[in-house]
Amino acid sequence: MKNTDVFAPNYFHKVVDCQWACPAHTPVPEYIRLIAAGRYSDAYMVNWKSNVFPGILGRTCDRPCEPACRRVRVEEEPVAICRLKRVAADYKDDIRDRLPPPATTKNGKRVALIGGGPASLTVARGLAPLGYTCVVFDQDPKAGGMMRTQIPKFRLPDSVIDEETNYVLNLGIEFRGGQRIDSLKVLLAEDWDAIFVGTGAPRGRDLDLPGRQEAAKNIHIGIDWLSSVSFGHITKIGKRVIVLGGGNTAMDCCRSSRRIGGEEVKVIVRSGFEEMKASPWEKEDAMHEGIPILNFMVPKEFTHENGKLTGVVFEKVKAEYDDKGRRNLVPSGEPDEHVPCDDVLVAVGQENSFPWIERDAGIAFDKWGMPKVDPNTMASSNPRVFFGGDSAFGPKNIIWAVAHGHEAAVSIDKMLNGEDINDRPIPAVDLMSQKMGIHEWSYDNEIALDLRYKVPHREKAIALKDIKAEVELGFDPALALAEAGRCLNCDVQTVFSSSLCIECDACVDICPMDCITFTENGDEADLRQRLKAPANNLTQDLYVMNELKTGRVMVKDEDVCLHCGLCAERCPTGAWDMKKFLIEMTYAGPACRSKA
Amino acid sequence: MTYLTKPKFQHPDLPKNALGYTHRDYEGKISTLCAGCGHDSITAAVVEACYELSIEPHRVAKISGIGCSSKTPDYFLGNSHGFNSVHGRMPSVLTGANLANRDLIYLGVSGDGDSASIGLGQFAHCIRRGVNMLYMVENNGVYGLTKGQFSATADRGSKSKRGAVNSDNAIDLAALALQLGASFVARSFSGDKTQLVPLIKAALEHKGAAFIDCISPCVAFNNHAGSTRSFDYVREHNEAVNHLDFITGREEIKVDYEPGSVELVKQHDGSTLALRKLAKDYNVNNRLAAMSYLLERNAAGEVVTGLLYVDPESDDMHAGMNTVAQPLNSLSDKDLCPGSSALDKINAALR
Ligand SMILES: Cc1cc2nc3c(=O)[nH]c(=O)nc-3n(C[C@H](O)[C@H](O)[C@H](O)COP(=O)(O)OP(=O)(O)OC[C@H]3O[C@@H](n4cnc5c(N)ncnc54)[C@H](O)[C@@H]3O)c2cc1C
Ligand SMILES: Cc1ncc(C[n+]2csc(CCOP(=O)(O)OP(=O)(O)O)c2C)c(N)n1
Ligand code: SF4
Ligand code: SF4
Ligand code: SF4
Ligand SMILES: [Mg+2]
Repeated sequence: MKNTDVFAPNYFHKVVDCQWACPAHTPVPEYIRLIAAGRYSDAYMVNWKSNVFPGILGRTCDRPCEPACRRVRVEEEPVAICRLKRVAADYKDDIRDRLPPPATTKNGKRVALIGGGPASLTVARGLAPLGYTCVVFDQDPKAGGMMRTQIPKFRLPDSVIDEETNYVLNLGIEFRGGQRIDSLKVLLAEDWDAIFVGTGAPRGRDLDLPGRQEAAKNIHIGIDWLSSVSFGHITKIGKRVIVLGGGNTAMDCCRSSRRIGGEEVKVIVRSGFEEMKASPWEKEDAMHEGIPILNFMVPKEFTHENGKLTGVVFEKVKAEYDDKGRRNLVPSGEPDEHVPCDDVLVAVGQENSFPWIERDAGIAFDKWGMPKVDPNTMASSNPRVFFGGDSAFGPKNIIWAVAHGHEAAVSIDKMLNGEDINDRPIPAVDLMSQKMGIHEWSYDNEIALDLRYKVPHREKAIALKDIKAEVELGFDPALALAEAGRCLNCDVQTVFSSSLCIECDACVDICPMDCITFTENGDEADLRQRLKAPANNLTQDLYVMNELKTGRVMVKDEDVCLHCGLCAERCPTGAWDMKKFLIEMTYAGPACRSKA
Repeated sequence: MTYLTKPKFQHPDLPKNALGYTHRDYEGKISTLCAGCGHDSITAAVVEACYELSIEPHRVAKISGIGCSSKTPDYFLGNSHGFNSVHGRMPSVLTGANLANRDLIYLGVSGDGDSASIGLGQFAHCIRRGVNMLYMVENNGVYGLTKGQFSATADRGSKSKRGAVNSDNAIDLAALALQLGASFVARSFSGDKTQLVPLIKAALEHKGAAFIDCISPCVAFNNHAGSTRSFDYVREHNEAVNHLDFITGREEIKVDYEPGSVELVKQHDGSTLALRKLAKDYNVNNRLAAMSYLLERNAAGEVVTGLLYVDPESDDMHAGMNTVAQPLNSLSDKDLCPGSSALDKINAALR
């Protein structure tokens, strides 16, 4: 193999598993170290720059970073990355003077943002400080989108949404609440230089089964019901509730029901428990609140008497796999089951819908009714119109909406500066030695096996009485410090210089994970099998350096390196150094433009 | 050295030996030697060898003298018996232990100062008695622990770190071991574990006095230009006579080497050594030829490494002394003290 180019922007970025997995590439180990140092405000600002809503995400993020965490590969449970983010938000000081000031002079360009969810707010945060006039339209009175209308208050209090949406809106952004956009064409005819569509995926799927119309009074579409609960229009539900569906919405529906009158609440899913879309922790929280999850039951019919729902009939199924390994649900042969209930919440999926975009407005749609959007630039087929968040590629989550928002802001800024939006600068990387003394590093490299700490919860009896009482109480500083200590500092990289190495093997011998091998060169597949420990995880790169005196190569398998720095401490010549990897993502502003 | 202990984490796919142990289970405490010291590599080689042989750690006794090298038994086999004796006295402590309990595997670790200066007499007698052991000298040409004075194995003409030239003649411990009748003699280099690990395995299994002279650069005091024990010098002048692919067990050996390139040496205990020949015509079973080869190549400035000599018919000290086979600690009081009538018999026999 050839020498690894450690300055290629992705090489070390991939080693920081969490940061690489985060759609917004939040520098996770960096903020975790700041939390460990008690520098909560600094940790908050690192997050704010990358993901805009640290307090919200610290409570609700889908956390793609956690399954990626290296602790999973070397121990078992990931670092509680998401809940540590909340610690930064909970314990920070007043950070308002650290936010960018509203632009003092406007640049004369006007951007309309439709929908006030995380996608639009991210675009506006990127553009407003640069002098753009940003106007956000939302049919709802307050900003936040589904973060405010869908996510129940016991998971995400209003105060947190208010605080973080205001940090954005106070950058000099105009928010026109209660104003629905009914025609893109009308908007296009106005003097907007760019339009961003961040209207989400607002339609809940229905279940068209016998009895649906007759029992309509007690059958509710999950997301409509949740927003009504959120706005306080609905405050009660029957004692016996069935929630149909196995995603996040179903979990929020069942837990909300438990708090407003539901005593026997059941979640019933078609598929198996394992295949449910909801995250494991969401299922856990629901079951902890006394909500059983019944699986392999397909709803067949709503039963009713005198216009009142009496229950749901289910067909029992089982999973069968065909020769291609595809799963089919086939009748199990057991008799159908009638589950009596007072109300049903249908949470079987969400759809996009763009009734307000005329099909001759210059926006191309595909055969599924989705706009054609470039995944890199977020541009539609109309050069002035961009999409992001759930409206672009269907329902995802907040952090993806933020990531889309960053890219759309870059595109708009480039376009309105007369640049090609496809010509995007690659992020700049830097490596900085962390050596402070012979055995002293700027980070804590004394790591140990240590199981994940649990976030304290409000007592169940109290939590179930008040739909606004936040269930999770968050880590206190002591627990946060302990959990932060589990981070392996994967951004502090092992960097090797062949010219300094005397091939004494000290690093090979000390490495607790058998990561390092000096051997004859070969191609990758061959080398992977000839290392001190086999390198079978193909998603993780091999770090290869030639030019050693004996003609061998140094090969390091990045897979399970602990970033403990023992190799660098043992090296007599400093051929290994521990260097912090810094990557500057590209945001809207001068940095994203060609050097004029 | 480091101040941190090695974390308990280990690679999830680490292979296990017949006892279910990984090589990590054969480690000892964290080394306090200088970063990059050759001795630490030898430590890692001992760990690897014991792991590969599936040795039960409690069956090993590691005994050493004084010096950086003699500190190393603390850094491997943390669950074995150990005795860190006084300067140059490892051989007598080991001999005594072996006399008392021949069931253990004896690993004597020493340095060139420990064995070639203060302990030279001890070294000689232990070897000539054929004590069943692996006697390993971690040879760096200096007294590392006392800050780098030339040792008795330093080559004449080699330069100290401060520029002084050694004017004394060097003791070649491998040549001496051959002369003293060691039944297994090898030389190796800490920087070449592919050579060293199989040699340690073979030596541990060998019955009789096995000696390994392992060149081990002292990065602090003897790794400069002008030294004949530096990494660079040893790599440039290393001439291996063979490569040992150690094969233990009694099974039929199936190797597909080129005919003539591999020599199979059947051992006394039924195991076989497979040697890939590197120096043509080198005969690993000829003590006299080995001695002259060593002297000759040494004069030509080469560092000869590999398995230099092995006596397939070797035996150990106990055979000649007709000692009791059982460890003394397992003998009963009655066996140890047979009473006055037995004493009377002995006395009568001597009258
Ligand atoms: C029940 C539920 C729970 C969820 N829980 C989580 C979670 O825990 N974590 C997570 O990461 N994600 C969660 N999500 C998903 C997440 O809320 C969305 O992915 C995210 O909010 C999408 O952001 P967005 O900016 O694209 O649009 P949205 O947040 O959907 O915002 C769109 C906004 O546009 C407005 N709008 C729509 N059309 C118009 C129009 N024509 N004129 C004016 N305004 C308009 C809407 O009223 C809305 O306010 C959940 C979703 C649901 C339904
Ligand atoms: C009786 C006695 N004399 C002298 C010393 C001082 N001393 C300690 S270590 C050592 C030499 C060690 O050299 P070597 O065996 O080569 O070990 P190295 O440190 O080089 O590995 C000496 C002379 C001592 N400890 N005890
Ligand atoms: S930092 Fe160095 S010693 Fe530690 S696990 Fe990684 S390669 Fe091994
Ligand atoms: S410890 Fe340093 S000098 Fe020794 S082999 Fe490793 S990188 Fe090379
Ligand atoms: S002084 Fe030399 S022999 Fe002793 S630990 Fe340091 S490098 Fe090794
Ligand atoms: Mg020495």
